[in-house]
Amino acid sequence: MSPPSTLAAAPVQEPEVRLASNPAAGVTLSGAWDIRSLQHRARFMQASLKVAATTVDGPWDLSGVQRLDHIGALLIWRAWGKKRPAEVSLQPEHEAFFEQLARNAEGVDAPAYDPATLLRKLGTYLLVFLEHLTGMLVLVGQTAIDTARMLRRPTLGPWREVSASVFRTGAQALGITAGVGFLIGVVLSYLSAEQLKAFGANAFIINILGIGVIRELGPVLCAVLVAGRSGSAITAQLGVMRVTEELDALSVMGIPYTVRLVLPKVLALAITMPLLILWTTSIALLGGAMAAQVTLDISVMQFITGLPAAVPGVNLVLGIGKGVVFGALIALVACHFGLRIQPNTESLGIGTTNSVVTSITSVIIADAIFAIMFNDVGIVLM
Amino acid sequence: MLTAPANTPIIEVEGLWTQFGSHVVHRDLNLRVEYGEIMSLVGGSGSGKTTLMRQMLGLETPAQGGIKVFGIPLQNTPRELVHRIRRRWGVLFQEGALYSALTVFDNIALPLRELRVFDEDYIHDMVMLKLDMVDIERRHAWKSPSDLSGGMVKRIALARALVLEPELIFLDEPTAGLDPDRSESFVNLIRELHKKLGLTVVMVSHDLDTIVSLSHRIAVLAEQRVLVHGPLADVVKVEHPFVRNFFLGERGLRALSALPTEVPQS
Repeated sequence: MSPPSTLAAAPVQEPEVRLASNPAAGVTLSGAWDIRSLQHRARFMQASLKVAATTVDGPWDLSGVQRLDHIGALLIWRAWGKKRPAEVSLQPEHEAFFEQLARNAEGVDAPAYDPATLLRKLGTYLLVFLEHLTGMLVLVGQTAIDTARMLRRPTLGPWREVSASVFRTGAQALGITAGVGFLIGVVLSYLSAEQLKAFGANAFIINILGIGVIRELGPVLCAVLVAGRSGSAITAQLGVMRVTEELDALSVMGIPYTVRLVLPKVLALAITMPLLILWTTSIALLGGAMAAQVTLDISVMQFITGLPAAVPGVNLVLGIGKGVVFGALIALVACHFGLRIQPNTESLGIGTTNSVVTSITSVIIADAIFAIMFNDVGIVLM
Repeated sequence: MLTAPANTPIIEVEGLWTQFGSHVVHRDLNLRVEYGEIMSLVGGSGSGKTTLMRQMLGLETPAQGGIKVFGIPLQNTPRELVHRIRRRWGVLFQEGALYSALTVFDNIALPLRELRVFDEDYIHDMVMLKLDMVDIERRHAWKSPSDLSGGMVKRIALARALVLEPELIFLDEPTAGLDPDRSESFVNLIRELHKKLGLTVVMVSHDLDTIVSLSHRIAVLAEQRVLVHGPLADVVKVEHPFVRNFFLGERGLRALSALPTEVPQS
């Protein structure tokens, strides 16, 4: 095997365009016309070639070209106006480049911009939204049906997966929810203290924090954290299983993935969410009570004993009830998006983002519905 | 500047050791790839073919020993220089490794755009030229890689590997996952491009048909070293269980007998 001609012993010259003084005498190209020589001066060579092509009306002499590749050949070809000039002298081994270029002269252009695109896009968004809604509905229905079938023989249920999910979404989330809850409690207490002090209504800090945290802030805060933490993980996990065909492998074994994958996650989050809410709420109240001791001289003990009078117990039930709904909602949305992921990396990223955004949004919508439904429950007027 | 004298090999592996924990994969391995040849790396699973290739690409660093590409060592070399070497080779990964977020057109245009010297018009023509070279119809240019079949992905990945006019090209399992018909035509495509562009090809493959019909020389990796390196006729003479099973087993003989005259001589 002889080494290719590009390694010829002669020193490599820079690419050059030489014009004869008489335009009819033609153009001479010499030097190396390959990517190594052209990558720093392509623009200049392109301009020189253009000048040569417009002013000269004679033969093109390329026999002095030492090296040529497609990069250089295309540059020359474009200067020629994508057709061979009348007179060209070429080295025989360079002939092939221009033959190939001549063979493929006509191209297909990028699809032109269509003014109806915007409208079509809007319509697509609407359809996608509707499709998501029906998809969700189908998933919920399918899960319910498969669950009902499973319940006839509960020993076959995915209890091990449920327990694993409870551990992952619950026990392992204790740290982050406690940290965030505590800080929010402190901040809220600090801010309220200033206002209350101005009115001499120091004792109302218990009412404000009690109702605010137990009824609203605890559940929503917790749901946002869990949606970001566990929701994204569920979507990514199911998405990867979709990409690697593991879901199909489950289906062909006759194991419905709704029972094996969706149900455990929904159950687990419906169990852990209320518990996490209880935990976050307690820590947030503790943080608030500690801040109140500093700013308002209300001792932590006083805060705790005053709580039952200020906050009717039904608020706690409401907060925990929200937890069950939020948990199931987050898990369903996360599974829905996970199952729709296409086998490519971009889709995985988009799907996870959409899943988190949608689950947080739907949690807040659900919270608003709760607020309207239970607006006369559990609020004591002094 | 970067051009090595003609008598040095394009790739030179010397005294290479690779170790994963206490498991030695390569023990004092030596290998030379000459300019212009098609060289196949063959070996059983776990023999370290892919690792060796990744080391040649500078993606992994050997425990000991050195690899020179274009006469320049990959280890302890300024990043800038390694970067310049990397512009002179092309790599076809096993699954194509097309960027899934980009269209076919943008995938092939990416290396050209990175140079920042060519205008979009030029890039368009160059991408179309490369698509023609790998026999992909131009209407596929605006599709996304996930809409293409495995064979097309490989061809487009090859076009992307060729777009900066490399002198050296690495193929990782070029025909894996292709049906016999497609793999036949892909082999022909590689052979044709090799002839036309004067490339040096380093290939890792399990497919005997591909190896036999393309390689000038074959390097068999076994027992942590290069067991034998030479033309097919020399390789099959070696008495070693792996060689016997691989080339002279039932499958091997079938492949060899099907292509008796097409064995290229270097």
